[in-house]
Amino acid sequence: MMRDMYARALDVARGGGASYADIRVVRRESQTVATKNGRVEALSQGDDLGFGVRVLVDGSWGFASSSNLNGQEIERATRLALRIARASTRVRLAPMEIGQPLVITDSYHTPTKVDPFAVSLDEKIQALLAADEAMRRVKAIGVAEAGFETLRETKTFASTEGSYIDQVITMTGGGIEALAVGDGDVQKRSYPNSFGRQMGTGGYEIVQEMDLLGNAPRIAEEAAALLTAPQCPSGVTTVILDATQLALQLHESCGHAVELDRVLGYEAGFAGTSFLKPEDLGSYRYGSEQVSIIADATVPGGLGTYGYDDEGVPAQRYPIIQNGMLAGFLTSRETASRLGQASSGAARADGWNRIPIVRMTNVNLEPGTCSFGDLVSDTDEGIYMQTNKSWSIDDRRLNFQFGTEIAWEVKGGKLGRMLKNATYTGITPQFWASCDTVCSREHWSVWGTPNCGKGQPEQIARVGHGTAPARFRKVRVGVLG
Amino acid sequence: MLGQEHSLATLQQALALSTADQTEVLLLAQDSGLTRFANNAIHQNVAETNAELRVRTVLGKRVGVASTHDVSSGGIARVVETAREITRFQAENGDFKSLPPPEPIATVAAYFECTAQWGPEGRARWAAAVCRLAAEAGLSAAGAFQTGRYEVAVANSLGVSAYYASALAELNATVMSESSSGYAEFVSMDANSVDAEALGREAIERALRGRQPADLAPGEYPVVLESYAVGDMLDNLAYLGFSALALQEGRSFMRLGERIMGGNISIWDDALDRTGVPMPFDYEGVPKRHLDIIEDGMAQGVAYDSYTAGRDGKQSTGHALPAPNSWGPYPMNQFLEPGEATREQMIASVDRGLLVTRFWYTRPVEPLRAVITGMTRDGTFLIERGEVTRPVKNLRFTESYLDAMSRVEMLSRATRLGYNGYAATRVPAIKVSSFRFTGVTEH
Repeated sequence: MMRDMYARALDVARGGGASYADIRVVRRESQTVATKNGRVEALSQGDDLGFGVRVLVDGSWGFASSSNLNGQEIERATRLALRIARASTRVRLAPMEIGQPLVITDSYHTPTKVDPFAVSLDEKIQALLAADEAMRRVKAIGVAEAGFETLRETKTFASTEGSYIDQVITMTGGGIEALAVGDGDVQKRSYPNSFGRQMGTGGYEIVQEMDLLGNAPRIAEEAAALLTAPQCPSGVTTVILDATQLALQLHESCGHAVELDRVLGYEAGFAGTSFLKPEDLGSYRYGSEQVSIIADATVPGGLGTYGYDDEGVPAQRYPIIQNGMLAGFLTSRETASRLGQASSGAARADGWNRIPIVRMTNVNLEPGTCSFGDLVSDTDEGIYMQTNKSWSIDDRRLNFQFGTEIAWEVKGGKLGRMLKNATYTGITPQFWASCDTVCSREHWSVWGTPNCGKGQPEQIARVGHGTAPARFRKVRVGVLG
Repeated sequence: MLGQEHSLATLQQALALSTADQTEVLLLAQDSGLTRFANNAIHQNVAETNAELRVRTVLGKRVGVASTHDVSSGGIARVVETAREITRFQAENGDFKSLPPPEPIATVAAYFECTAQWGPEGRARWAAAVCRLAAEAGLSAAGAFQTGRYEVAVANSLGVSAYYASALAELNATVMSESSSGYAEFVSMDANSVDAEALGREAIERALRGRQPADLAPGEYPVVLESYAVGDMLDNLAYLGFSALALQEGRSFMRLGERIMGGNISIWDDALDRTGVPMPFDYEGVPKRHLDIIEDGMAQGVAYDSYTAGRDGKQSTGHALPAPNSWGPYPMNQFLEPGEATREQMIASVDRGLLVTRFWYTRPVEPLRAVITGMTRDGTFLIERGEVTRPVKNLRFTESYLDAMSRVEMLSRATRLGYNGYAATRVPAIKVSSFRFTGVTEH
């Protein structure tokens, strides 16, 4: 029945002059639990269902979407998409192309051990409240927060090329935050990551493995101690970044910079462009020999892991930076064809009402061989920074400034006193060129970035970054307002 | 478009199904289109028809929320049941008093049918105008033009029943040369008032003037901030500090009754002012009230929703966001009082400083001092001896917006309406005697 409706939409599109069309039907079920200071602050459950039809007419795109999923509405939206595409042709330079046809019939499910929707709300709430209480035992904590989130996307993709793909992607995460207030200051610590949560593809086991309760006292005490900690000094020094901060560094200064739509100017009106150019491929030195970065939509548990992207292209694993040299871009069918390439399977849409655009998958820094202990021992002087607090980068992804929740002085090969309000700044290729050590696989894991904004209307992507701690030389730190 | 009658009937249908002590139903609907262009051609062109129903139920002191995009009878019944189930699992919240009671709601006549009906052909005409002008100037244009109609309806079991339809046209354009970029935006409820060519010319003029930017060392400079940059300042200040919840939790810089900005700074929120983007009630159905936030530099008031008002024993100011919302109430219609200066007078008053078009990627570094870092973008120029002399490469700043608002020497008489997708600001351009730039980029 539903499959007939999708086929009807594609027939209408073809009949209306579309050389290509696809329909995506997406259901997103969500559940969030947020506790704050000993009580449940927010408890919500969402069920979002709709469809989007994308058509290519005379080399121009049109897209229409609706939350009203029935045959009549699908046909109306398809005709609107055709009208929109014809309007697009009025301001066109060269026809859009999407490369060779792709015909795939398949299905994919995120492997899960514990269905996050099957675990009782009571169990989730009690786990969060226990961590919340443990944080508030530390006197200076003014706000203790804990959160859980799960999303299940059930989606069908069908195209005029003959593809028909079903997927169920399950994403789950959680985290805690302690806000210390006192001495005219406010300081925050988060675990396992900032942005309120660490997230991956998988089930409730992801949260169970975090041990939120076990880590709650530590982060609360650290937040309290930060109130009276000395300010991070200003100057140029060696910086060691923990894996979570490095994940965001990688996200902002590499992941976005290698999105081919940005490189081609598609995002110039909003998110910006890139300092990289198409002709830099294979010849641009992005970082030091120690820097190798892989785009991997197949890594188990990564927040950017799936079977097929939202153009029906299979998930892939391929090099972005190889020993410091630019080796690849993140691409969609249309952008890849501009370079005469096949898509890298990185076109993703934030639900039924958005078109697929080039997004990160899991953009991972390959681990090195050094243990974290040896890295610190090998550092005479520097600052070890943990957990992102603020981030900002220019529209070509060159000049960045990051702040971290907490930092530690490194002196004589040992971690020393705690520092607050740590910041560092730099220029992307110079910064990655100064990377001289990446820690080994035992320190490496995939961190979720659940809040990546891009596109108009804005789309939020959930992407991943595999990282281990790494060291950077001659970095400017302690930028204060 | 759902329309008032159908929307309110949907809400009543949901309320009738609820057995909770109190129930609130919020309906958000839109029918919108957005045309994007880049490299002087339309490359993305989309439309969305969407409706979402959010049900908040109250059982004693327990509150829970469920939402759905299925507004059929079956979907409504399911979401009401889900909300009730969720609420049962909630812990009691002693601070929760009640959903708000009904109050008279003002009428705001700001709906333009032409905007609601504006189609992809009309947006393509706008895009064509900008792209043609850019191409004629040897430049490359990018941007997004959005038109749409939006409906908000809210009802609760205490008798609140409110409906509002609006329509908005939002345009922004970025025009680039090999070495520069220029920006312009325009927001209006009346699509017929859009002058796409004027928008394009504003961005083109900046792009042309910005070519071959020079290096400028970071440091403290007097600045003239165009209204685009000033709008960002109000957005960040509201996000960090203008909410009652932020104040209650000790994370706001607002010290009520104390001077925290210069004596020439007054900021208020007024959702009934038709020179903004009006809305007569908030997402709980409470009428929007005029809110003085900063008056002559003094911290005067913060935005309340019914929950935070209940905690402080006050009346909601009508600034609730849709539930569930852990960030608290938010002023969505801010105004910064203009001054008497012209933009030219402000520039003429600077011996050596900068003219900044807009800020980009601004993020808080120290929230309690409102220290923000960000970049300049799309037109940064050196002012020497009272004249704009040459473009400079974009700079990073790390500056307390509170301190900057204490150093405002001049404000323009002219104001501009800005809209960031969920909140509006109407602000003048300003001259700040000193602004701290901490880095520079390569373009």
